[in-house]
Amino acid sequence: MLRIHLHSHALGLAAAFMLAGATMPVNAADAPTDPQIAHIAYTAGAIDIEAAKQALKISKDAHVRAFANDMVRDHQAVNDKALALVKKLHVTPEDNDTSKALTKQADAERAKLAKLSGAAFDKAYVDNEVAFHKTVDDALSTTLIPSSSNAELKKLLQTGLKIFEGHLKHAEHLASTLK
Amino acid sequence: MRTQWRSTAFGLLALLAGCGVGMAGAAVRVTIADLAFSPADITVKAGETVEWVNNDFVDHTATAKNGDWDVMIPAGKSAHQKMTKVGTFTYFCRVHPDMIGTIHVVND
Repeated sequence: MLRIHLHSHALGLAAAFMLAGATMPVNAADAPTDPQIAHIAYTAGAIDIEAAKQALKISKDAHVRAFANDMVRDHQAVNDKALALVKKLHVTPEDNDTSKALTKQADAERAKLAKLSGAAFDKAYVDNEVAFHKTVDDALSTTLIPSSSNAELKKLLQTGLKIFEGHLKHAEHLASTLK
Repeated sequence: MRTQWRSTAFGLLALLAGCGVGMAGAAVRVTIADLAFSPADITVKAGETVEWVNNDFVDHTATAKNGDWDVMIPAGKSAHQKMTKVGTFTYFCRVHPDMIGTIHVVND
């Protein structure tokens, strides 16, 4: 029963991730567990690092490259903290439908971007960064933070949210300067 | 006796720095914690230095909105900038633009 609940919740969260701006109702009965939350948050960070590395390979725009470098540095710092925390708490991050859906969607997006270059790539990358950070910030504030039970994990997610809100603002500003 | 005087002087200096008001030769300190500059609004005299101490685990910048200066403040480290021009300067972090501070630079 519990398994079915978790499964349906994870699918719901996955759907929320795929539809930028969608919100997830938080229900104590089917909230994701801390090991699942840790895995989702880490996966989201790893995805953004991969996207930034692709941008550093393809883009020649100084502002886009600076943004991508910021993303690699910040998301790596957050993920390093997350890894240290799960180790300290003896928690094993648990793969789940949301993480899988995130990875699948990111792989498709990277394949799409790989076919672009120049200004078209820059615009697609930055637009995707805006959408991705909106979705992640939304999932953090509506589902992941309220569902986390460990205080240290909750605090790290809250700090992560502040950092990613900054990224969203930065990406939106950058997007407004690209044609 | 001498030690006592010295510690009092240090205490006074720390107190003044804590008020966010500059003193000749001393840097005015702004602490960064949990993605915020504190104090977010400071007053210094022209020629004085502002020091940012970054207690966060991510790097930040203190970037003047008018482009006059752009200071990198690595995670867990500090950085400083001398304020030479009189005026009110708004600054922000380039990576996390919600972080905003103001420096009023006044005549000595």
